[in-house]
Amino acid sequence: MQRNGPLALLFHTLVVSFMLAPLVIVCLVAFTPQDTLSLPTTGISLRWFKAVFEHPDFLQSFYNSLQLALLSATLSVLIALPAGLALGRYNFPGRAALNALFLSPLIIPSLVLGVAFMRLFSVMGMTGSFFWLVISHTVVITPYVLRLVLAAVVGIDRSSEQAAQSLGADPWTVFRRITLPAILPGLSGGWMLAFINSFDELTMSIFVTTPATVTLPVRMYMYATESIDPMMASVSALMILVTGAAMLILDRLYGLDKVLIGERT
Amino acid sequence: MFKRRAPRRGSHPYAIPYTLSAPALLLFVTMVLAPLLLTGLLSLNSYDDSVGIKAGVDLHNYLAIFGDEYYLRIFLRTFWIAILTTFICVLVGAPEAYVLSRMRGRWRSVFLIVILAPLLVSVVVRAFGWSMLLSADGLINRALQAMGMAPVKMLYTSGAIVVALVHVMLPFMVIPVWTALQRLDPTVEHAALSLNASQATVMRRILLPQILPGVLSGSLIVFGLSASAFAIPGLLGGRRLKMVATTVYDEFLGSLNWPLGASIAIVLLLANLIIMMTYNRILERKVSKTLG
Repeated sequence: MQRNGPLALLFHTLVVSFMLAPLVIVCLVAFTPQDTLSLPTTGISLRWFKAVFEHPDFLQSFYNSLQLALLSATLSVLIALPAGLALGRYNFPGRAALNALFLSPLIIPSLVLGVAFMRLFSVMGMTGSFFWLVISHTVVITPYVLRLVLAAVVGIDRSSEQAAQSLGADPWTVFRRITLPAILPGLSGGWMLAFINSFDELTMSIFVTTPATVTLPVRMYMYATESIDPMMASVSALMILVTGAAMLILDRLYGLDKVLIGERT
Repeated sequence: MFKRRAPRRGSHPYAIPYTLSAPALLLFVTMVLAPLLLTGLLSLNSYDDSVGIKAGVDLHNYLAIFGDEYYLRIFLRTFWIAILTTFICVLVGAPEAYVLSRMRGRWRSVFLIVILAPLLVSVVVRAFGWSMLLSADGLINRALQAMGMAPVKMLYTSGAIVVALVHVMLPFMVIPVWTALQRLDPTVEHAALSLNASQATVMRRILLPQILPGVLSGSLIVFGLSASAFAIPGLLGGRRLKMVATTVYDEFLGSLNWPLGASIAIVLLLANLIIMMTYNRILERKVSKTLG
């Protein structure tokens, strides 16, 4: 293998700075002592973080987002696990169609899904229901979980299952003691990835949230279109912190590079 | 006494997989198929300022979109911004994936995560970061002024949208090219070099043909996501520079003309699907030609 030349490394440095610049700037400005968006040149202050925690709307939205992400990630795992077992283990008529349907939210623009959910909820008279918000997030994040579950299910060595079966274990025991532990990394990685995606989701949520159920990204979007002060930077920094923590856990559970690149190789 | 479960005679041969996928099927029928169908129907209704949504069924919303210069311009602008973003992502993402693949061990995984991890940070945060960098008194303009140059208006231009979109989309280009490069057999490159091929020839004859499928599938994803992007044009394009997604948002939540908003969304969805399918067909033909 060849080494990279100086030109290649220069290019690489530029790309990396480009990728990090907006995130770094957000985190720096969050510590400004001034009233305007500026770099903390005169000193470091936590006043804008304090402002966030004294702002009831942001706090409410944060709790909404947290609850929403916890519930929808859990629900999507509960739905993707059996579906992944069915698609990964059995060959049955309609399997390809189901597979395409279950992954379709990945190719339908979230904007279109948002509009469609808004219409559905208004027809059902369910606009503003938190339960249906959870369901709408679940359907958008389930494909991510399903992909990881499928990869795990297909990768299982089936001989230990057969051994357990031949020793008289009933199907439920085989599933609980052999299959489930084997796919647990995929399952927990999927849960974490679903959590992050739900917690960050904006485009679809902006159509289906109402003032009582507004999520943090939606609140931030609304806030950023109206006023710009350093509080927005502090909320963003906190958001990066939460996502970063989730990414670390995801890395421990499953491997961040594997999640990001997928298991196609 | 042990009781053995009676064998389920006469049960359907596919009962297990169907039962297992039933919850997912229920979810996706109620939350994907039904809402899309309702949106399709909604796009055929009409809207009246005093009455609201009226039940009539015709195509006049679609005719209005394709007949009105205002909407055509928005579609055209969205199309060009998405094309430009895709083009820049190819020019930056493919070489970057190549540079990454030639790094060693630790550095390689560290930088791979640095490039790809922003994918998981909320797009609102990233758009806000760019609006701070590009605004009239933002960091870039202050640096320009410090160097004695005049400040440039960057925020609320299509340029700002493209820059931020490239930032959001670049990982989607790096991933498939990286995957293609991982499948590459390095001995072929060595063989060519040992047979006196120049570095440029190796690049053109060996590397490029093999990463082309990766570049193509990457551009497909980038184009589709850019064309339907919402947060970036919403925060960096301002009120006047509208793209398709922000227009749909304004129709639904601003002027409350749901039928028109729904038909714009349906056009976006169909355009996306058509481009994706033709692209896939071209891709398959190309791959089968190179391989066989």
